[in-house]
Amino acid sequence: MNAGLFFTTLHRPPLARFTTRAESAQATEPKAAPQSIQMATKEAAQLKMQGFEAVIGIETHVQLSTVTKAFCSCPYNYGSQPNSTICPTCMGHPGTLPVLNEKVVECAVKLGLALNCEISMTSKFDRKQYFYPDLPKGYQISQFDIPIAKKGYIDLDLPMEFGGGHKKFGITRVHMEEDAGKLLHSDSGSYSQVDLNRAGVPLLEIVSEPDMRTGIEAAEYGAELQRIVRYLGVSNGNMQEGSLRCDVNVSVRPFGQSEFGTKILLHKEGQADQIVQETRLWDESSQKTFTMRKKEGLADYRYFPEPDLPEVVLNNDYIDEIHKSMPELPEAKRRRYENMGLSMQDVLFLANDDNVARFFDSTLEHGSDAKLAANWIMGDIAAYLKNEKLTIDEIKLSPLELSELIASIKNGTISGKIGKEASPYFVLILVELIANGGTVKAVIEEKDLVQIADPAAIEAMVDKVIADNPKQLEQYRAGKTKLQGFFAGQVMKASKGKANPVLLNKILGEKLNAN
Amino acid sequence: MPPPLQAHRLLISHRRLPTPARRRFSAVSSVQSPPAKTLAPGPATSSILSIRGSLLSGERTAAEITAEYLSRLRRTEPSVRSFIHVADSDAVREAEELDRRIASEGKDALGPLAGVLVGVKDNLCTANMPSTGGSRILEGYRPAYDATAVRRLREAGAIVVGKTNLDEFGMGSTTEGSAFQVTTNPWDESRVPGGSSGGSASAVSARQCVVSLGSDTGGSVRQPASFCGVVGLKPTYGRVSRFGLMAYASSLDVVGCFGSSVFDTATILSVVAGHDKMDSTSSSQNVPDYASELVPLDSLESKPLNGLRIGIIQETLGEGVDSGVASSIKAATSHLEQLGSVVSLPSFSLGLPAYYILASSEASSNLSRYDGIRYGRQVSADDLSELYGESRANGLGHEVKMRILMGTYALSAGYYDAYYKRAQQVRTLVQESFEDALKRFDILVSPAAPSAAYKIGEKINDPLAMYAGDIMTVNVNLAGLPALVVPCGFVEGGPAGLPVGLQMIGSPFSEEIAVCV
Ligand SMILES: [Zn+2]
Repeated sequence: MNAGLFFTTLHRPPLARFTTRAESAQATEPKAAPQSIQMATKEAAQLKMQGFEAVIGIETHVQLSTVTKAFCSCPYNYGSQPNSTICPTCMGHPGTLPVLNEKVVECAVKLGLALNCEISMTSKFDRKQYFYPDLPKGYQISQFDIPIAKKGYIDLDLPMEFGGGHKKFGITRVHMEEDAGKLLHSDSGSYSQVDLNRAGVPLLEIVSEPDMRTGIEAAEYGAELQRIVRYLGVSNGNMQEGSLRCDVNVSVRPFGQSEFGTKILLHKEGQADQIVQETRLWDESSQKTFTMRKKEGLADYRYFPEPDLPEVVLNNDYIDEIHKSMPELPEAKRRRYENMGLSMQDVLFLANDDNVARFFDSTLEHGSDAKLAANWIMGDIAAYLKNEKLTIDEIKLSPLELSELIASIKNGTISGKIGKEASPYFVLILVELIANGGTVKAVIEEKDLVQIADPAAIEAMVDKVIADNPKQLEQYRAGKTKLQGFFAGQVMKASKGKANPVLLNKILGEKLNAN
Repeated sequence: MPPPLQAHRLLISHRRLPTPARRRFSAVSSVQSPPAKTLAPGPATSSILSIRGSLLSGERTAAEITAEYLSRLRRTEPSVRSFIHVADSDAVREAEELDRRIASEGKDALGPLAGVLVGVKDNLCTANMPSTGGSRILEGYRPAYDATAVRRLREAGAIVVGKTNLDEFGMGSTTEGSAFQVTTNPWDESRVPGGSSGGSASAVSARQCVVSLGSDTGGSVRQPASFCGVVGLKPTYGRVSRFGLMAYASSLDVVGCFGSSVFDTATILSVVAGHDKMDSTSSSQNVPDYASELVPLDSLESKPLNGLRIGIIQETLGEGVDSGVASSIKAATSHLEQLGSVVSLPSFSLGLPAYYILASSEASSNLSRYDGIRYGRQVSADDLSELYGESRANGLGHEVKMRILMGTYALSAGYYDAYYKRAQQVRTLVQESFEDALKRFDILVSPAAPSAAYKIGEKINDPLAMYAGDIMTVNVNLAGLPALVVPCGFVEGGPAGLPVGLQMIGSPFSEEIAVCV
């Protein structure tokens, strides 16, 4: 279709009256969770000092990564030319009708199951009505009183740096709906244009119970939800693209009170400590919030059942099929890793990133010891990734080779650590594998990194080190036996890390203690 | 001054018709002629078959047939005003194209509706013609696509001759609610053709086209069929795709058809009916060949419809119903069956208010898209709410605004339960009482309207009186049932009497039963 036809220009001087929602879109969409949650964290901390506690509930919109939109067959690609992926249906032309994309239902059921929800065997769509230029039909197709999933919960483990601990937050509901388009405002502010590419893109809205009390809890809730949608593959969960957006509702009450106070967000009005109900926006540049809208809850959306769509009726076979197709989710992974005897620090690191978890699991499948694999992934590999700003699936090291490497250390072919330090020799091999790939064997041969396991050769090196460090030898023999580590390090250095550490320590011990 | 129009003359003088039009349709006539044995005119009077026969035999070309209709259209249109848009040059071009194809590919090139001129109600989208829904807000709007019903007609070889007038977005019962013009009744040009599909009914009645498409939300096909003395069919909800039909009340809207015979009407239904993946509420039930279910007139003479159980709806012949209408219906029914049994539908009177609440509620939502932003009339304004307000205030007519307000009110928080929800409960009651009655009867009959066509302007300032005129038809929409209206007699009025239609209501997807009666 010709974009010029509907690329609407609104000529009017001040934007103020109807840009509010657009600003909110811009402010909450990119990086929604961390921003709004930072805000909640700050506010919650202040509240605590004043004898109040925050009661936090979160509404999250997840944009589904289906091939086509929810009710028409247009594709959606973030960032494409304005009005390039639209049709009469998602433009709300006369006579057009919605036809439900079955993938949307599949994604909704997946997420509902992942959030331990009751799935509604029969649900329906409703129309949520309001006028706005980015809403082509004058109503949004959503689900009102019968969401596809409800009454679930989310399990998560708080990060160790915030004290850790297992938490369970209630999920009120998950429902399906369609996204709206976007307004593009002119620089002069004298007109706006409508881009309907996003109109009709499927969303799942997840509403939590008001179970969170701190910003950290809210942040972890958002992070866990992001992990779940990524694990399920229902969304890319990308906050910069607006694929995951959070609206954080904060209400305030004195400690010990069970009723909720005035809804939404705390705000001190002038001198009087008056609490008003309002929506505040996070401003990224100033790292502060400011008032966007007051008196929420007055809008009447005149919901009524969408007559153009039949009810969504599911059967048990369908749900079972989806259940079976679901991958292991973060919570199950964390518990499994925990049962392997890994520390919670390790568990969170490994389980909370889909790619890392997959790498780790694959390494284990090749026979590696869990603790050793965890140590290497969290240690040198993580450090490398951080340095090079890479993700684990972008490196050349394969889980198979990592497991080979670990096996080589275990069976003594190569040295892994000296004391608590990774041996430079091992790190050399590891970095070679990460950066350039190849097999452990080939790298060792190619780089002349075969371990020195000849006792005579090691003995010669030990002798030399002892001879070169008479002062330390004297101290050692005077009872400072900790210095064995120093000698071992020196020998390892001399061998360029290639000395077999077991032999080295054995020979070194004999020499040091020989009188 | 256009010459005075005598519609019945036009009908009668058509030389292709073996029987005079009024005889054809009259089971009972309060004006003249003894009752015929059956209501079904049968294939013998079908204009579609007659056109097909001419093309097959080579007696006439499609271009000649089209020229004949177009010349009559040009002659009658100044007084009837059925069409908002006439696509005469397109029609001529398509007819010539068809003739060329018949010449080169032979008779096999003939689709089932080859050379049949169709009028399409202007709330059905047509890709190459304006589609306004009778509203200023869509003045000049040209859709990017054909409605499914229109596409199927074209694929069957039909030629769309133009877009017919209607009450704005289908809201009205007289076609006076069009933003563009007032259509008159071919039987008496001082009277309304009914509505909202008044243009489609009058166009067939005045033989400006062979058949036409309309839409029926609360009687918008059946009541004008009755007023204009043509056959009107409202199929089961979901029988015909609504894709491309500008929504008025989505849960009630259905695309219907008009013809000068039951056969033609049934033929059109066979073509447009059936599942459409663009309309999730369209039914996937099989579409029978409705026309073939019809028994030829001759064989009907010897086979009275004794087996069929017919019930007259008691509530439709009482107070408020014109006595001439009531007696026409009773007489017609007695000829369908020896004894017209009477059946009572207790929830009948509840249907009208429930209908107006539900239809207005859905309309208030469906018409939100006409906001002047993406297409249609946009009034230049200083801010957004003014842009919305002025575009809609200027673009939408009085009746439409009133229904939007009613619907908005009925759906508002605090009123929803008392209005919308209650009306839905009534709807269930109405459905149940029909279901119950249709267990005992194959067909329920009633008048299509409480009176024959009334004067233009008579009810324009009395919306309640106009709404009350829909009492006969709205219940059928609430129940989603199929109903056929056939002319069954006349009452006094106009230069030659005014036609009265008999409504026959069947079970869901039993169009063939109604059609073969
Ligand atoms: Zn689309």
